[in-house]
Amino acid sequence: MTRDTPLLSVQDITKTYGGRIGCADVSFDLWPGEVMGIVGESGSGKSTLLSCLAGHLTPDTGRVVFDTRSEGPRDVLAMSEPERRMLARTDWAFVHQNPRDGLRMGVSAGGNVGERLMAVGARHYGRIRDEAIDWLGRVEIAADRIDDRPRQFSGGMQQRLQIARNLVTGPRLVFMDEPTGGLDVSVQARLLDLLRGLVRQMGLSAVIVTHDLAVVRLLADRLMVMKGGQVIEQGLTDQVLDDPQHAYTQLLVSSVLQV
Amino acid sequence: MIAVQDVSKSFTLHNQGSAVLPVMTGASLQVSAGECVGLIGASGSGKSTLMRMIWGNYRIDGGSIRVGTVELAGAEPRAVIALRRGTLGYVSQFLRVLPRVPTLDVVAEPLLALGVAEEAARERAAAMLTRLNIPERLWGLSPTTFSGGEQQRVNIARGFIHAWPAMLLDEPTASLDAGNRAVVLDLIREAKARGAAILGIFHDEDARAQVCDRLVDVTGFSVLR
Repeated sequence: MTRDTPLLSVQDITKTYGGRIGCADVSFDLWPGEVMGIVGESGSGKSTLLSCLAGHLTPDTGRVVFDTRSEGPRDVLAMSEPERRMLARTDWAFVHQNPRDGLRMGVSAGGNVGERLMAVGARHYGRIRDEAIDWLGRVEIAADRIDDRPRQFSGGMQQRLQIARNLVTGPRLVFMDEPTGGLDVSVQARLLDLLRGLVRQMGLSAVIVTHDLAVVRLLADRLMVMKGGQVIEQGLTDQVLDDPQHAYTQLLVSSVLQV
Repeated sequence: MIAVQDVSKSFTLHNQGSAVLPVMTGASLQVSAGECVGLIGASGSGKSTLMRMIWGNYRIDGGSIRVGTVELAGAEPRAVIALRRGTLGYVSQFLRVLPRVPTLDVVAEPLLALGVAEEAARERAAAMLTRLNIPERLWGLSPTTFSGGEQQRVNIARGFIHAWPAMLLDEPTASLDAGNRAVVLDLIREAKARGAAILGIFHDEDARAQVCDRLVDVTGFSVLR
């Protein structure tokens, strides 16, 4: 809020798979403290886009400019591999849909959280363990489960552990791919409340890919709707949902089942 | 504080043969600080549409709407987000909240977003809930299980928890008993006294007479007949 620079500035990202379009000409600015949702049906290009932003895929064209702490805005795609990896474990975080992709299943819960701290230079065992216990508490995992392995946890607990592992280093930008997918609704609500609280307390910015319009309404300030690799509509979340302009968005909004 | 100038609005229904429904044209009104203006007109005449354009969840097709120094027509999402955080409050007819979040936190949330410390925010939320006669034993429960009248009061508590300089009220006294209705009317009077500019929809004619300084009939802005 203090500086007038977007945290993330995405410019003309295009990614094709052979002749097929993954995503095309995507541009947006994400400001500090903002949560942006990306919705669209399967195959709409939302996950491709997220992977391009997070550096898991290299787009064919475009720039992803991140406002780094030390050097100001820099094009992530032009960074060296070690620089990008450093960014991925300090200022960035990535929450996968499947906790198994984001956790080390053979390592204890405390180890999963502590590992990321050690990756940024923490060495004092006692402090790492204390920090891990603190974070397990923040995601509502009892301290006596610290030495258990993630495979002994329920799906919802695994997802909360993955979030703790990601947020322990105090990132400024979090990418989330269907963070509540595959969880039952009661667990989903609790996870959303947790995420919202953390976003507010830590001043996080986030990009959340989901197909669930109820999730974006509650979590995202802004919304981008994708279809066939193109962004067809974007704006304030409740404006896009309450007054959709594009035929596809109108169809999407009117197709939601009322409970 | 709130200035609506020559606003028009239509809806295009792409999935129903691209029917275009013009609903409003030439809408203009002003609300000054310390004033409460009531919107009147039959159902379907566009009262809620106009409120939603001011709140920013309906796009403005033509004309200008300013709240304080912010122009809402074509505004960037972050400008609207900032406006809602500190300047523009809204009491809607329906409570939309995350399930399982305690009532006290639902009410305190706007203050937390403004950076008020958690303890202080919860204290103010508790005071507001007490004033609106929500028993303390309900504060730890999610309002999703409450009765219609209780939900409406939680909504009002949340809508009056911060001294927003501009406020939109959509039927704030609907489904309330006489005692709670009187509390809400007092809250509105207090907001006016501290200088808030208030635009409201009141079907309750007596409430309207008690708090509104002026009425604006939106029928004149409607293009449907």
